[in-house]
Amino acid sequence: MADTSANGSPAATGGDAVTGGFEALSLVPKAVGRQSMKDFKSDQEVRWCPGCGDYAILAAVQGFLPELGLARENIVFVSGIGCSSRFPYYMNTYGMHSIHGRAPAIATGLAASRSDLSVWVVTGDGDALSIGGNHLIHALRRNVNLKILLFNNRIYGLTKGQYSPTSEVGKITKSTPMGSLDAPFNPLSLAIGAEAGFVARTVDSDRKHLTSVLREAAAHPGTALVEIYQNCNIFNDGAFDVIKDRARAEEAVIRLEHGQPVRFGADGRRGVVRDRATGDLRVVDVTPANEGDLLVHDAHAASPTTAFALSRLADPDTLHHTPIGVLRSVRRPVYDAQMNDQLDTAVRDRGEGDLAALLAGTDTWTVTG
Amino acid sequence: MTSQASRTAEQADETLLSEQRDPAGSKSVRRLDRVIIRFAGDSGDGMQLTGDRFTSETASFGNDLSTLPNFPAEIRAPAGTLPGVSSFQLHFADHDILTPGDAPNVLVAMNPAALKANIADLPRGAEIIVDTDEFTRRAVQKVGYQASPLEDGSLEGYSVHQVPLTTLTVEALKEFDLSRKEAERSKNMFALGLLSWMYHRPTEGTERFLKAKFAKRPQIAEANLAAFRAGWNFGETTEDFAVSYEIAPAVTAFPAGVYRNISGNLALSYGLVAASRQAGLPLFLGSYPITPASDILHELSRHKNFGVRTFQAEDEIAGVGAALGAAFGGALGVTTTSGPGVALKAETIGLAVSMELPLLVVDIQRGGPSTGLPTKTEQADLLQAMFGRNGEAPVPVVAPCTPADCFDAALEAARIALTYRTPVFLLSDGYLANGSEPWRIPDVAELPDLRVEFARERNHTLADGQEVFWPYKRDPRTLARPWAVPGTPGLEHRIGGIEKQDGSGEISYAPANHDFMVRTRQAKIDGIEVADLTVDDPDGARTLVLGWGSTYGPITAAVRRLRAAGEAVAQAHLRHLNPFPANLGDVLARYERVVVPEMNLGQLATLVRARYLVDVHSYNQVNGMPFKAEQLATALKEAIDG
Repeated sequence: MADTSANGSPAATGGDAVTGGFEALSLVPKAVGRQSMKDFKSDQEVRWCPGCGDYAILAAVQGFLPELGLARENIVFVSGIGCSSRFPYYMNTYGMHSIHGRAPAIATGLAASRSDLSVWVVTGDGDALSIGGNHLIHALRRNVNLKILLFNNRIYGLTKGQYSPTSEVGKITKSTPMGSLDAPFNPLSLAIGAEAGFVARTVDSDRKHLTSVLREAAAHPGTALVEIYQNCNIFNDGAFDVIKDRARAEEAVIRLEHGQPVRFGADGRRGVVRDRATGDLRVVDVTPANEGDLLVHDAHAASPTTAFALSRLADPDTLHHTPIGVLRSVRRPVYDAQMNDQLDTAVRDRGEGDLAALLAGTDTWTVTG
Repeated sequence: MTSQASRTAEQADETLLSEQRDPAGSKSVRRLDRVIIRFAGDSGDGMQLTGDRFTSETASFGNDLSTLPNFPAEIRAPAGTLPGVSSFQLHFADHDILTPGDAPNVLVAMNPAALKANIADLPRGAEIIVDTDEFTRRAVQKVGYQASPLEDGSLEGYSVHQVPLTTLTVEALKEFDLSRKEAERSKNMFALGLLSWMYHRPTEGTERFLKAKFAKRPQIAEANLAAFRAGWNFGETTEDFAVSYEIAPAVTAFPAGVYRNISGNLALSYGLVAASRQAGLPLFLGSYPITPASDILHELSRHKNFGVRTFQAEDEIAGVGAALGAAFGGALGVTTTSGPGVALKAETIGLAVSMELPLLVVDIQRGGPSTGLPTKTEQADLLQAMFGRNGEAPVPVVAPCTPADCFDAALEAARIALTYRTPVFLLSDGYLANGSEPWRIPDVAELPDLRVEFARERNHTLADGQEVFWPYKRDPRTLARPWAVPGTPGLEHRIGGIEKQDGSGEISYAPANHDFMVRTRQAKIDGIEVADLTVDDPDGARTLVLGWGSTYGPITAAVRRLRAAGEAVAQAHLRHLNPFPANLGDVLARYERVVVPEMNLGQLATLVRARYLVDVHSYNQVNGMPFKAEQLATALKEAIDG
């Protein structure tokens, strides 16, 4: 179903949604000839722990990029520090493995000065939400043309197992033998609060869903934040089992589809309605009486209110009622496009800069020899 | 003005060249060779604007000049208090001068606080113009005077002009529909008009300026013009001002050319635009506002039609990060800041060292540590620039020596960054940033060629015959690595902060490779070609004074005084702090004594001692102000006499 609603961005669901076109990438040169997944694999040996969720994400990204048909040399992956941040080394594109937390800032400079590039940021829960929290929120509010993949494993892996800013309260780790005291961030709530135009969540092990979300993120003009639940099988194994286990996922996972009533559970027996008294969302058993009241997901709603409420549905401890999919996808002015416009306007109004005239200024005097 | 040609000694006092009676009346005109004027008032009185305008008038008249704005960090400090005093000192002359002058010949004091804060700097006999309206009992006591200094005889040694500036301004504007408070705000223009009359300044520029500045509020423009003209006419008519002064244009001090007045931050901004043009690369500035560097961000943001992108980041780290990201994409990446910002940027600068990408880090030094003295000058970031990073992370350091020299220094810093693919520190300071001087506008055809070649082709053949791109295969002469920007087919590569294998750039933790890479990065910086140090030593001196940065003006002025008094002293000034010029060791060895004056506790002295085992004599001042020529001359004389 190709959505041609007000904001014109591709619809939130379905493999054919991309036929609406990748407007966000219209300035990026196209590849000559057909690409395959192999084209995006670098010659470097992948060195994550065996069984790490990062492998699945890497495979999904490498498998999906040929769809975009972009010239490989015009794709850049920028990362910070952490297990996930080794990602660029394994991509046969341009890449930078930068420093802890700063990837959004570095990528902003690159994307803002090179509109012919498709720039991706790969980061983790510690990198993006702890040391780099400031850069993340400012990238989102500015709406630079960046696609941010936030691998959330709710633990510090590379430093061997301390709690992270998304760990549940009371988590026992090497640095918190009596349990962690910090209340965690909800990355999607944070992103929506930071004025993000595109906010989505997906899961490492669901290749099809992950790919569909990547596809929509790529097509979104401006900053897209994709939270990917990723299993760290060494330091936080099974953190997302409730979402991955087919039986338990029935109760735990809410698959959002734009334009569809929000239902989940076996045979869609559960659903989400708006509480008339509080305006908040709550989960109900669907009955013929309340079926008409079910929330219809509108990813393109101008107001972030409902998307925010959806981001709060999940229980942070049990992960029950976790929405996955695109929570929010709205069009906002794109920073780098506007920056280019200002440069074009300046040239149109004042002409190409004349260095000699600039240096001379208006108040001069002449000394004759 | 940095002309080496003039040998005029910078005198301790102004010299009366001639005196003429005005044929038409009682007024006389004296010709002087130079004057130092200081405007002082509340930080809301518009003293900086007044000083700027007087400077522009003086520049367009053709005098050589040097300025020293001095203001509090607070935007509007409490009115009428000593901490709230803002001043602007201007030294102008008919010859080549080097400093804003040690002691003012004229003080314009807009209130008792301004008088009290500045009187200690005035030599006996100096002229003082005060706004008597502001010397109320209350205002006088507020700054700790027991009785009005205008009445208690304490100013007897000075030539005091008591002018009811506020009343006269309000009176001059009575035909305008302005409240008294609004009218009073033009008193700085009255003062400017009076001083413009006293020193025969051309006024067309100020009239044009006021009309343009208040173009949208014609009544305010007219009121300011009326106040300005009333001040001029007051000088012309009142008997209190019996003398006016002429300071002839500094014709012989300047080589032929077209000149303008320019401040350090403006010259530095233009240098960055010029570097971008000469390199053929778009300029990208990532910056976070900080005193005294923000004016560069403001200035560059006005030149979008030069393809200049300015990015006001969320913090200092993002400012340099974005600049580095743009550099990866093939832009001339620049970040501008002051000392506290450099501390925050340190890790990213280290990343640039490791990734070997060009990047300019502009540090407009101010008083430290921590927040320190935001609006005052200091040179205490030299060791931070040299060593303020983890690991062995050498970064070239370039320093301008005068406000106008910031233009050339920016081009030089860009040359090094682009040629050697390295971050470069450009160390200016608050004194250079806000001070101004005449500048011979360069012919753009004479600017250095900074064009760079991006990598286009694969540069290495593997054993199996496969052609590949190796991002760390270096140019054997410069040791620079190839700069392959995204969008170049076939050269896709990954770089980062982890140690990489020589050549291939792949991650490597191998001990021998790390040792090799550390030494190679150091060798690249050590091998940067920089001009030899030139020594000014006409008399075969035994003592050398060695400086860097903004101390050039005061040191040169002090050296001229000493030579005029018959002393032999040699002078040299470093533009390159890292690497040092190749001949520095030989130069140092030629002198019995080496004196290093610095506005810090001896940072260059530390480097020179460590590197050359020379026991240099360190002379230091860290009071937020530039050296005075007299003070330096005394210190150098003591060093010469041993």
